[in-house]
Amino acid sequence: MPENKIEIKNLYVSFGSNQVINNLDLIVRKGETKVVIGRSGVGKSVLLKCIVGILKPDQGSIKIDGVEVTDLKEKDYNKLRMKMGMVFQGGALFDSMTVEENVTFVLNEFFNFDPRVVYDRMKESLAMVGLQGLGRLSPAKLSGGMKKRVGIARALCMEPELILYDEPTDEVDPVTGDSLTNLINKLRDKLNVTSVVVTHDMSAAYKVGDNIAMLYRGKVIADGTPEEIRNTHHPVVQQFVNGKARGPIMDDENLLLDYGV
Amino acid sequence: MGALSILFGQTLYWSFVPPFKGDRFLVQAKKIGPESFIISSLVGFFIGMIMALQMAYLMLQLSAEIYIPNVIAVSLTRELAPVLTALVVAGRVGAGITAEVGSMVVTEQVDALKAFAVNPVKFLVVPRFWALVIMLPVLTIFADLIGIFGGFVICVLKLGINATLFVNMVLEALLVKDVVTGLIKSVFFGIIIALVGCYHGLTVKGGAEGVGRATTKSVVTSFIFIIITDCLFTVMFYFIFNT
Repeated sequence: MPENKIEIKNLYVSFGSNQVINNLDLIVRKGETKVVIGRSGVGKSVLLKCIVGILKPDQGSIKIDGVEVTDLKEKDYNKLRMKMGMVFQGGALFDSMTVEENVTFVLNEFFNFDPRVVYDRMKESLAMVGLQGLGRLSPAKLSGGMKKRVGIARALCMEPELILYDEPTDEVDPVTGDSLTNLINKLRDKLNVTSVVVTHDMSAAYKVGDNIAMLYRGKVIADGTPEEIRNTHHPVVQQFVNGKARGPIMDDENLLLDYGV
Repeated sequence: MGALSILFGQTLYWSFVPPFKGDRFLVQAKKIGPESFIISSLVGFFIGMIMALQMAYLMLQLSAEIYIPNVIAVSLTRELAPVLTALVVAGRVGAGITAEVGSMVVTEQVDALKAFAVNPVKFLVVPRFWALVIMLPVLTIFADLIGIFGGFVICVLKLGINATLFVNMVLEALLVKDVVTGLIKSVFFGIIIALVGCYHGLTVKGGAEGVGRATTKSVVTSFIFIIITDCLFTVMFYFIFNT
């Protein structure tokens, strides 16, 4: 069995003339939580969508469990997707269904399980994210943090080996954000899943990441443990992790407005 | 047109790929049929009345008011009921489909479907497509009947035509092919509304504003396609089948 869960090499993705991912290499080892940080619009979500196969890259290789997926047939990709769970930024819950139906969606769609088994799995998944008893509500009645939790429960119900989180702490208050990072850590320890977490929230990144990779201009410019990233000398990474307005990132993008500042 | 044809092909293909979820079809059929019934019946009823009055204006001059029921029955079943029902449903259901599917795209629900190995065409388009293809002719049959009843009300109460005579004239004038050609058209109108509605929804770009724009586009496109298709069918029925 390959030691790497995901292996990405020389990946290129563009939208029209906009080269979003530009020669990106990334390795995610089995069982680790890899955090991908970077500014908004740098292609972090695009990277996740390439892994799950919603977007097709222009060039490059993505291997999941050693299998090249970029030229995989849809039918075979779907088998792989059954072992992946993706947690979307806004939850992306199906609002025509209740929380329960959302969580059991994939089980009901593809498998002919005994309703009891499905019900137990649903209860277990909701309990794991701390939302037991809310199954009959519609997603519209939930807060942002709850929606994210239901999104996680929906992914968990499939018993995935790989979970992809898109901005799990975005748009929630700091307390909810912290409880979500605790949840991500709990899932890793309990279920031994591999996770890829895309975020620009550095406190979450330090908390959940076994490894952190920084994306800049479509490439990974730094990859290391939280400690290594924190103490980096790379000026771009330093500016980003310290959240400074002045530095090479802004100089690069000509966005620094010097009106007598 | 090309993109719509591709979507049509995909819809037919995914209609016959298991798993089959009848309940999704039923949910959509209920939204389209019973929930559009009142508005489409209302339109049918008033058009029947209007037709009777407009015809009376002409026919009374010719002392031919006895033929008003014939004109109403034939023009309603062949033309007015199918087209007006389709336009009402395009405005009500087609717009709703685009707005719903478009919002699902914007909130990444369609991406979520794909990520969970569910084909969006199968999940979203197939049930709406079949619900429209089946429910639009059903609504049209009701609009036929209620429209004729609208004509009946005016003819009997206002123009003094005997009720039995009205019914006899309608039955005499109406041929099976009049009703059938109307229903054939409405099947195609259903296909148009479903495909145009879903296509504009699935290709939404740019948030709430994009959803609004797509919804407008969807209704306008459906209207135009319905009228053009109606014209083509009428020409075809008239010149080729002499009906």
